[in-house]
Amino acid sequence: MKLLVNGEERNVDAPPLRRLLDVLREDLGLTGVKEGCGEGECGACSVLIDGELVNSCLVAVCQAEGSQVLTVEGLNLTPLQRAFLDHGAAQCGICTPGMVMAAHRFLLSGAPATDENVREAIAGNLCRCTGYAKIVEAIQSAAAGAQR
Amino acid sequence: MIPVTSARSLSEAYAILHQRPRGLRVLAGGTDLMVAVNARVGLDRIGHVLDIWRVPELRGISLEGATLRIGALTTYSELMRSRLMAEQLPALAAVSREVGAWAIQNRGTIGGNVCNASPAGDTLPLLLACEARFVLGGPRGERTVAADEFFLGYRKTALGADELLVRIDVPLIDGARLSYRKVGTRKAQSISRTIVAVRKGPGMLRIAAGCVAPVPLRCRNAEAAALSSGDVRAAIAKDIAPIDDVRATAVYRSRVTANVLLRLLQE
Repeated sequence: MKLLVNGEERNVDAPPLRRLLDVLREDLGLTGVKEGCGEGECGACSVLIDGELVNSCLVAVCQAEGSQVLTVEGLNLTPLQRAFLDHGAAQCGICTPGMVMAAHRFLLSGAPATDENVREAIAGNLCRCTGYAKIVEAIQSAAAGAQR
Repeated sequence: MIPVTSARSLSEAYAILHQRPRGLRVLAGGTDLMVAVNARVGLDRIGHVLDIWRVPELRGISLEGATLRIGALTTYSELMRSRLMAEQLPALAAVSREVGAWAIQNRGTIGGNVCNASPAGDTLPLLLACEARFVLGGPRGERTVAADEFFLGYRKTALGADELLVRIDVPLIDGARLSYRKVGTRKAQSISRTIVAVRKGPGMLRIAAGCVAPVPLRCRNAEAAALSSGDVRAAIAKDIAPIDDVRATAVYRSRVTANVLLRLLQE
């Protein structure tokens, strides 16, 4: 089956119920997509499908056939990623790719980057290191930059 | 390898249902079924998966006279964004916001919530309090089952082996207001410990609750007590049968369910 991954057409030969997460990591080598819980709680495997945030551990690959999939590898040091670096918003890094994808989708929504909005946007992305403050700051700073 | 059919239309889906493959499971957004698949729980009981994610006839929200029609595949995100929902049944949009986080809201569907039939399904007490009707379809045609008659036992529903949920019809009542309260461990992305829904209107009162019995249920004793200014706390205790589990104790659930209900009735 065909997937459009980070703008490139990729042919995948996989059982239909194989997780999109495994296809991305193991078949396509996109190891920025992380597995945390494998049950849709932690958000480490977050990617965008046709512009919408999903947990790739809960998507059977057959359901992504013909869709556009965006992983962290498809972002090329965006101002958002730069803000994560500048604000020290990553520590161990496991949650970071998923966190960046959720934040990327939040910035696309154009919603005002209030504390509450940002925290709602990343409510499905668990981080056990940072306490979230620096992540929220990084997202807010990227949002402010995008407005300028 | 479990065979999967990805239907692209309702007639394609019905064609599979007509064959009645052994161990058929319907896959919508995957937020329940894929969790089980990943954990390899009950895999031996899944013989065939019917993927309905791209069946367009099952999507969308519309108003037909005094009935709000909600397609089974309507996601929580769509419920949250819908103008019709905001105007006609804002509580259902509000409860969708409390289900999971964005990634779950984008995939989880109201039909999946109904058919998964978890006693903790967040939309279910609201649908019960609204006396929603579930339209089931299959190769033999359509039939309608009242929400109250759909949940037969723990995760057991009235769905036949060759049926799927097509849509949910909610009768709108002039002057009626639906409210609810979900109690979880925190505001975002937590599974409910108890959830109570109340629909109040001129001369009518409907009460339903979740997480307090093997099925989400209408609380008719509490309704009668509230309408006759009786002892609501004693009455709801007769309606519900909570258990101890990892999320809360039965005692906690009984007390909080009654407290929340009394507060909702006063609002």
